[in-house]
Amino acid sequence: MYKYDNYDHKIVNERVEQFRDQTQRYLAGEIADEEFLPLRLQNGLYVQRLAPMLRIAVPYGMLSSHQVRKLAHIARVYDKGYVHFTTRQNIQLNWPALEQVPDILAELAKVEMHAIQTSGNCIRNTTTDQFAGVANDEIEDPRPWCELIRQWSTIHPEFAFLPRKFKIAVCGSEEDRAAFLLHDIGLQLVKNDAGELGFEVFVGGGLGRTPVIGSSIRKFLPKEHLLSYLDAIVRVYNRYGNRDNKYKARIKILVKAWTPKVFAQRVEAEWEHLKNGPSTLTDNEISRVKRFFSAPDYQSINATESADNLAAIAADNTAFSRWLDRNTQSQKQAGYRSVTLSLKPAGVAPGDVTDKQLETIADLADRYSFGELRATHNQNIVLTDVIESELYNLWQQAKASGLATPTIGTINDMICCPGGDYCSLANAKSIPVAEAIQRKFSDLDYVYDLGDLELNISGCMNACGHHHIGHIGILGVDKKGKEWYQIQIGGSANKNASLGKVLGPSLARDQITDGIEKLLDVYVENRIADESFLSTYQRIGIEKFKERVYAPST
Amino acid sequence: MPQVLKDHRVIEDNWIPLEASSETVPEGDVLLTYNQWQDFSEQLPTHNGSVGVIIEGNAEIEDIVEPLLNLPLIAINFPKFADGRGFSIARLLRERYNYQGEIRAVGGFIRDQLYLLSRCGFNAFKFSDDTDLSKAANSLQDFSETYQVSADEENPLFRRR
Repeated sequence: MYKYDNYDHKIVNERVEQFRDQTQRYLAGEIADEEFLPLRLQNGLYVQRLAPMLRIAVPYGMLSSHQVRKLAHIARVYDKGYVHFTTRQNIQLNWPALEQVPDILAELAKVEMHAIQTSGNCIRNTTTDQFAGVANDEIEDPRPWCELIRQWSTIHPEFAFLPRKFKIAVCGSEEDRAAFLLHDIGLQLVKNDAGELGFEVFVGGGLGRTPVIGSSIRKFLPKEHLLSYLDAIVRVYNRYGNRDNKYKARIKILVKAWTPKVFAQRVEAEWEHLKNGPSTLTDNEISRVKRFFSAPDYQSINATESADNLAAIAADNTAFSRWLDRNTQSQKQAGYRSVTLSLKPAGVAPGDVTDKQLETIADLADRYSFGELRATHNQNIVLTDVIESELYNLWQQAKASGLATPTIGTINDMICCPGGDYCSLANAKSIPVAEAIQRKFSDLDYVYDLGDLELNISGCMNACGHHHIGHIGILGVDKKGKEWYQIQIGGSANKNASLGKVLGPSLARDQITDGIEKLLDVYVENRIADESFLSTYQRIGIEKFKERVYAPST
Repeated sequence: MPQVLKDHRVIEDNWIPLEASSETVPEGDVLLTYNQWQDFSEQLPTHNGSVGVIIEGNAEIEDIVEPLLNLPLIAINFPKFADGRGFSIARLLRERYNYQGEIRAVGGFIRDQLYLLSRCGFNAFKFSDDTDLSKAANSLQDFSETYQVSADEENPLFRRR
């Protein structure tokens, strides 16, 4: 994991002091509300429905056990004893006091964390695959590149007042686990025919009101040109993105208006001036950053023996076996597996964890996972590099702390925004919908039989809950002051990304679980062999689903 | 006398913006909008005093920059502080066109942007409200280290660390 040197510490500490001064001047009435707004947003601070909300950056999802213990401390001392993991691999505190935010930021800085640019019209936290470094299908570890982007984008002098927020994701594997085609810039690590590393560059993807899948504007960008090319893209956007209407201000609107081809030409023309300039990455810098992500000290393990032993334990214990099946996966290092700790037990807001659970997670990471863990965009925690013979012990400890709900990748592992319970933008609540679904589908045999199923819930069209790319998406809408829910099906965030189609008229909250059940019935009746929900939908189309859900009750 | 924050100091501001209704250019150091500068182009060669021009963040700077480079002052207007286009224009003037004169921020920018503005090449700040300039100057010092290349830093941190 990346470690700050004196330079990084200095920049983050100076940011804390800058914001402390700004907060004091605001509280003294020397900064107007509208001027303080972008200053606090760029330090992660929203003013929400019930209290301020502080969003803490978790660069590309990586956390150390040391940092997680600090988060537990902050949750306890400055908040109500829990934190929320977001769909951008970040962490939110729901109840901090404005006056104490500079102190919270100072505490974070001590453990090499910050809240810089977690909100506002600037370059946000760069996200990636939660299985970076261990994925079987990895072309190249994306994390060093994410860290290089983090440093380049942090307090970038030119890009702090963009037309709108700006999100970058990096994908280093064959399969996409970062939804990178749905970002303002999506970077796919690739190798050219000569075996040299570079990026295919996509722009203009995004969710929100106008969901769009990104367009490729460059098939191969040699790796050393990454930062100057990013400068070129963001400069073109900064100059020409729409500033009159915030709903038309994302880069996707500009790319669409100009066409991806013309946008690419404008970027290339700008880049001609920047190419080979001082921002060109040096071999020294690339290897310096890569060193922080080198492989941990793996033991040499007899893979067959290890697998046999594990199978023997699983054969005797159904609950463990279920968890092993759903919540762990193989990695490229033989004898090791990656474990997903579920933050989705029924009855708890998806992504919420208590201070005590955070401490348990830190302990588990120290004991089983080289002291590191990852936040996922599905709002869970991943511990990589767990030796197979330790899985049973890990499971027991995780289970005792409510972190082993064996439903990863199923309908009950939904992505869900904080919704109307917390968020001032929301049109409808989302957490109670998630809970109702989890309670309705509590029979694990049924849930497993449904297989991989992504259900995503957003409380408004800003789409923090990624409803457009759920196999089943639920969107909260406001109709004459009442909460209604629109259902979409067929969305997908993989490399053949697709956006969900609206099923029909919105449903009332108490109709949703029945509606979902009908969708699942149609799937189960129509699937061929082990076809997934998404594949069945793609084969049979939307009509049968629609007919069933809206059939008059008999 | 009005004041301006320039090169980290609060000084008297000699530059006088030309009124919109003005039919001639008075003597002295005058600040013209880009349109005025074009309208009065015949008078300016014999003007007694200096001439500076105010451009907007949406300027197609590539198309208009050549004659501007001879001026002692180019001002960039911020219609509102959240409009960040001027940051790019200033960097282009300094880094691409090697402009050495004064680049002045005018309009709706705010004190807490001074550090970033100065990184992009602005060296003078003319507030449109009653901001205390000597206090505002503190915000120029918000950071002592930086990751990126910009008008005030030839090399990114990774070439210096």
